[in-house]
Amino acid sequence: MSGHKESILREPLITGKDITYAKITNDILLPVENKPNRAWWIGFIISLCGATLWVVAVSYTFWFGIGAWGLNKTVGWAWDITGFVWWVGIGHAGTLISAVLLLFRQNWRNSINRSAEAMTIFAVICAATYVVSHMGRPWLAYWVLPLPNQFGSLWVNFNSPLVWDMFAISTYFSVSLLFWYTGLLPDIATIRDRATGVRRRIYSVLSFGWAGNVKTWQRFEAVSLILAGISTPLVLSVHTIVSMDFATSVIPGWHTTIFPPYFVAGAIFSGFAMVLTLLLVARKVLGLENYITMFHIESMNKIIILTGSIVGVAYITEFFIAWYSGSEYEQYAFINRSTGPYWWAYWMMMTCNVISPQLLWFKKIRTSIAATWILSIVVNIGMWFERFVIIVTSLHRDYLPSSWAMFYPSWVDVSVFVGSIGVFFTLFLLFLRVLPSIAIAEVKLLLKSASEQSKMEQIKEGHLDKEQVAEYVESLEKFDSVKQEEYAKI
Amino acid sequence: MNNIKYILGSFGDPDEMMHGIDKLQENNIKIHDVYTPMPIHGIEAKLGVKRSRLDIAAFFFGITGTCTMLSFVYFAAAYDWPINIGGKPHFALPDFIPITFELTILFCAFGLVGSYYASTHLFPGRAPRVMDLRATNDRFIIAIDAKENAEHSKIDDLLKEAGALEVKYNERKYVSYE
Repeated sequence: MSGHKESILREPLITGKDITYAKITNDILLPVENKPNRAWWIGFIISLCGATLWVVAVSYTFWFGIGAWGLNKTVGWAWDITGFVWWVGIGHAGTLISAVLLLFRQNWRNSINRSAEAMTIFAVICAATYVVSHMGRPWLAYWVLPLPNQFGSLWVNFNSPLVWDMFAISTYFSVSLLFWYTGLLPDIATIRDRATGVRRRIYSVLSFGWAGNVKTWQRFEAVSLILAGISTPLVLSVHTIVSMDFATSVIPGWHTTIFPPYFVAGAIFSGFAMVLTLLLVARKVLGLENYITMFHIESMNKIIILTGSIVGVAYITEFFIAWYSGSEYEQYAFINRSTGPYWWAYWMMMTCNVISPQLLWFKKIRTSIAATWILSIVVNIGMWFERFVIIVTSLHRDYLPSSWAMFYPSWVDVSVFVGSIGVFFTLFLLFLRVLPSIAIAEVKLLLKSASEQSKMEQIKEGHLDKEQVAEYVESLEKFDSVKQEEYAKI
Repeated sequence: MNNIKYILGSFGDPDEMMHGIDKLQENNIKIHDVYTPMPIHGIEAKLGVKRSRLDIAAFFFGITGTCTMLSFVYFAAAYDWPINIGGKPHFALPDFIPITFELTILFCAFGLVGSYYASTHLFPGRAPRVMDLRATNDRFIIAIDAKENAEHSKIDDLLKEAGALEVKYNERKYVSYE
């Protein structure tokens, strides 16, 4: 493996000069082994305020019941489920990066998988809190589990997608956690062997006694591959089941067979947008530009165009099928979505998810950090509106015009949502401080095959096609940490 | 010299370390183990580490999950307390596929990772058995049992010839113990 050189046509995955194994460890562990800087503290305090707001709003909901939300008899599901689906969707990118890209041997995943997986876990935590808080009597949340109870053993209804969802989300969370933690063991051992005193003790317990001998590493790779193999269908099943919460009902606008693939594509779309939102800031603040390069950003942008376009096709197909079905209720549901009182939400969704991501076809925009960051936030907004549109506009005008209503969120609705973002960022910022944000061992694998310096050596050795070298050097132009003059000399 | 328990060849480059393993093996020197900061492909064949059977274990854990869930759902929905839901069959198999699938994955993942931890002796709080603290950072360590292999100077030469940056003579097996 280490003797194998990657083609010069591929862009480097590690940039910078004089990168050694020791330097990789030092660079990645910098935020873990040192006191946090001002940027971290500012971010952390703001997030913590958000998290506090979340605690207040959720406690208020628990105390006064879900009457505290803006729900009414017609719209019985709104921001809670919107937020739930939004967070679960965001979580999907982490598994996609760690599992699907591993199966496809996309080694650019090595430097982003760790933080994306952490993001998955935190997003699923946020989603799970919505499930519990929308129950009304959260202290009875265990009733969703198939437990024999005091009323005789009346079991849960296994035909219900809500029960499937409970199984899917809890399996997804625990398997993601296992996958993430097992991958962390070698890196925790790295911190342990460099630390002293109490820190060393703590990381020693957390490292499970990892020593890095041959058998452990060999089995480690086997385990990663099998976990990737089972996580791939798992991640697809999770959002499929989430979509079935809607698709198996008979509400016009929900009762469609297109939902599973459409939801999965939307989940990956929003998840990658969130990965970009987080990593573009993290790479700058933590100084990881050499490891999360322009190639990574561009690759993620390409996935965003692909999945964004799939979502766009799904929106149009839904509309076409509503017309083609000949069912006037279905037709009305869609006409009402785009031209009814919630037209602005529908067009917000269309603009943010279908139109603006098409800008990424331009290489200039795809490789601009500022444009990418703004677009990633636009996509996140759009995907929130997508769920809102699907849920609220399908419900607010039901079969009886006398019960038609509008949904207005209360301050509690807004606070639970804004607060959940605070919880997410608090957890993510704590993660950056205590665990390595990049998989150290996996990045070390790239040093001898796919780094800029190894490619530069290849060029210096000669024997390469001049045109290919020129193309490679030209492709480096967009990397913000690479200087072109170095190559002019060769 | 008699207190030396292990000789460690510390390499800065994985290819040189592989070369070192070849050199030692050509001279019939038995290698105790190799510690690296990242997985090195092809090393397990050289050291005679057997192929992992974790994949077979994972399959059987998965199948156990499938059978558990299907039989449980049959018991709960069709035998213990059958409920008429829209006149549909009590054991509505297509409805039970999603949960059966989830349980298959859950059993498979926990069984697999559990077996992995058990077979490689990883568990929270286990004292790390580290021979060289840099083996998790930037060094690739070949460990040789000094008692079994008496020709210490020859080992030293071979390791240095292969490119070892440092050769250590450890009087304790594990440096990580307090």
